[in-house]
Amino acid sequence: MSDIEIRDVSLVYDTPSGPVKAIDNATIRIAASEFLCIVGPSGCGKSTLLNLVAGFLSPTSGEIKIGSSPLSGHGMDRGVVFQDFAQLFPWRTALGNVAFGLEMKGLSKERREEIALSHLALVKLGEFAHSYPHHLSGGMQQRVAIARALAYNPSVLLMDEPFAALDALTRDAMQRLLADVWRATRKTVVYVTHNVAEAVYLADRVVVMTPHPGRVKIELPITLPRPRDPLSVEFLQCQKDLLRHLGSEMDASDAPKICDDGATQR
Amino acid sequence: MVRRTVVTLLAAAALYEAAARSGIFPAVLVPTLPKVARTLVNLVQDGTMLWHVSYTLARVMCGFALAIVVGLPLGILMGRIRALENFVMPLASALMPIPSLAWVPVFILWFGLGDIVTALIVFYAAMFPMLLNAWTGVRAVNPIWLRAAGAMGAGEGALFRKVIIPGTLPFIITGLRQAFQRSWIAVIGAEMLAASDWGLGWVIFDAKEFLNADVMMASLIVIGGIGYAFERLVFGSLERITVLRWGMVQAAKS
Repeated sequence: MSDIEIRDVSLVYDTPSGPVKAIDNATIRIAASEFLCIVGPSGCGKSTLLNLVAGFLSPTSGEIKIGSSPLSGHGMDRGVVFQDFAQLFPWRTALGNVAFGLEMKGLSKERREEIALSHLALVKLGEFAHSYPHHLSGGMQQRVAIARALAYNPSVLLMDEPFAALDALTRDAMQRLLADVWRATRKTVVYVTHNVAEAVYLADRVVVMTPHPGRVKIELPITLPRPRDPLSVEFLQCQKDLLRHLGSEMDASDAPKICDDGATQR
Repeated sequence: MVRRTVVTLLAAAALYEAAARSGIFPAVLVPTLPKVARTLVNLVQDGTMLWHVSYTLARVMCGFALAIVVGLPLGILMGRIRALENFVMPLASALMPIPSLAWVPVFILWFGLGDIVTALIVFYAAMFPMLLNAWTGVRAVNPIWLRAAGAMGAGEGALFRKVIIPGTLPFIITGLRQAFQRSWIAVIGAEMLAASDWGLGWVIFDAKEFLNADVMMASLIVIGGIGYAFERLVFGSLERITVLRWGMVQAAKS
């Protein structure tokens, strides 16, 4: 697994009303096999930063390194999971979707199916291998997307609010599943979310970003032992700490709330 | 499905029959259905209808196939390559509103009467729906599919074959349907003007000389039948085994 170095990265968009700084001088180091969450209100540039690491965007200045090599475009060292359920190819079965990256790698059909099936089993969808995405629920589709991003064995997994569109119960189950998958695969994970409880549940370390322009405000290590109990006093304390850092930011911005859970709503 | 079709057809036939027997119109101009049916059976039995259909179908297929071979790749590439779009669209926009039949006299001057003119007119008519639908389809492909495929290492070639073409399929199928429809409109018209001796358009036009309204009606029924058969057996099936099965389009509710 690879470490990631984001050094002095800025991104400036050109808009009709002049240049807009989306990311200002972000520096983050992510250790190999670390689970890093990036949290912040809308417009803080957290998804933009993820897109930079994914290679969908290029930084205006600064450098991103994965392992020891500087980033250029997207590559098979990274797997990406988006929020949108529509990310799966509707014309391919779950198996066909998961096998896509392996196909691009040029593996034989037997080998592809074998690896794809094992990854579907990893996300507990082995029996749905031959279903088309539109026959699967939202949570199942996101599990297929996770299996698809892992199947070609990238060292880094990039996730952009993958569970944000799911109902609360499904989201809890998905978080547990993702924690298990991460423990089994030990990928380096960069996970973008606006959900504080989710960040505390999943992360080794949380990076809080602030908007206008997008800056790294603070990094908080989460040292709770795993598996974590979201109802424990320590867990709630962590959530409070994180909310405090976010909260002072919320006053400055006009974002109404930072997460959907009643427990953490301001 | 089949039962509903039968009900619709029976209702339409009953209306026509009532009009034909009402005595409002001269019987020779509005023949009753039994008379049309007898004429149709005779035309089929003496083999002439089969020849007319074969000629027309061959012309349609040549022009339609050529329209697919040219229009489909061109439309898809236009959706991806800005320069090609900029080059082709002004030309297509100017040519599209020109009715294909308006070209018939010109084509006759260039190629003489016969099969080449009719096939080329079909090609002209079918080309633009194919082109426009493919072009629109490519631009309507969900960008997240392209991102996901790119992240998984798909190059431009793999993107085309494994993402853009299947992602464009609902539009491609619509394009095929429209192109096929236009092909028939064009072929019948072109045959009326540019064919001699064979072809459904020619039969209909020729029957006018002898006031053979029953032959005209029989030919129209054959054209409708062929259209129906193609929709059920070709386009409908194609849709069922692809985009309907994949949930990219949904069957109408209730």
